[in-house]
Amino acid sequence: MAWEMDNGRPIYSQIVEKIQLRIISGYYPAGTKLPSVRDLAAEAGVNPNTMQKAFMELERSGLLTTMRTSGRIVTEDENMIKEIKETIAKQEIEQFFNKMREIGFSPEQTMNLAESVYKEDK
Amino acid sequence: MSALVECVGLTKCYTNGVPAVAGLNLAIEKGHIVGLLGPNGSGKTTLIKMINGLLRPTEGAVLVNGKEPGVETKKVVSYLPERTYLEAQRTVADMLEFFEDFYEDFDPERAKEMLASLGIDPKARMKTLSKGTKEKVQLILVMSRRAELFILDEPIAGVDPAARDYIIRTIISNYNPEASVIICTHLISDIENILDDVVFIKQGQIVLQMSVDDIREKHGKTVDAYFREVFAC
Repeated sequence: MAWEMDNGRPIYSQIVEKIQLRIISGYYPAGTKLPSVRDLAAEAGVNPNTMQKAFMELERSGLLTTMRTSGRIVTEDENMIKEIKETIAKQEIEQFFNKMREIGFSPEQTMNLAESVYKEDK
Repeated sequence: MSALVECVGLTKCYTNGVPAVAGLNLAIEKGHIVGLLGPNGSGKTTLIKMINGLLRPTEGAVLVNGKEPGVETKKVVSYLPERTYLEAQRTVADMLEFFEDFYEDFDPERAKEMLASLGIDPKARMKTLSKGTKEKVQLILVMSRRAELFILDEPIAGVDPAARDYIIRTIISNYNPEASVIICTHLISDIENILDDVVFIKQGQIVLQMSVDDIREKHGKTVDAYFREVFAC
């Protein structure tokens, strides 16, 4: 199944986000090898050159490193992965608060509501 | 870097005097997957036929690997026409043999593998196959050559969505970084993610040649949506 892509945003940046998510969630653990450009392009249903561009972007950020003989591996720097994970989590939370504000909930009300929903679920 | 396909002032007039392709300039680099997109009657098929040497230009020139279309270029160009030309009485296996005799770069193993994964019986006669299955066979034959340029005229229009996904994956995984693919289609959203560049053609001329991500970045919309805007009726 091809990866789901949003409309109207560059494909390569969506791939970058997707791979980032796979790394921070542990799907590709620190220090492991990534599939080849071609294999991952086929999985995602995207152009191999676009996948290549996404890989280069991830290398620039330090999340991936190229090994001369064995393709690309995920960084072994666990702190870096943790930082990115927290940054993304914060962004998600901010977006959530913004959305709640749009439907008329203050941050405090949102927090209280979130807590009661969380308790109900348990 | 020299282009794999180069068109300079390319013009084709049919007998009614109206040019189907009018002074068209286009360069396609090696290793690119290009979508050739345009409304009906915009000159897409005429252009493709000239690249394949099936039509001769009225004016201007088209070069493939620096050569005029002919025996040498046909060795490296694998062409899927919009209509099938496969003999109805023959079997799928006959067609594989035919392609093997005809093209040095044909890889029968690759073709057999693809037939198997799409569940097509090699012993079936062409005339007994459904329209969509015939199209799949034709596409498998064309994609099983190790060509330098693949030209696919409406490759997915007649096949079901599941097979469409398979075909698109096949195009990605079979494709070698030195080869280029030109895909001519109306089904833009299905193939948008696998294209490097899109070429918009209108009244026999190129109106836009740009990468998919540049279009998305500049216009904030998909190529499909942008096409609808540019060619709004």
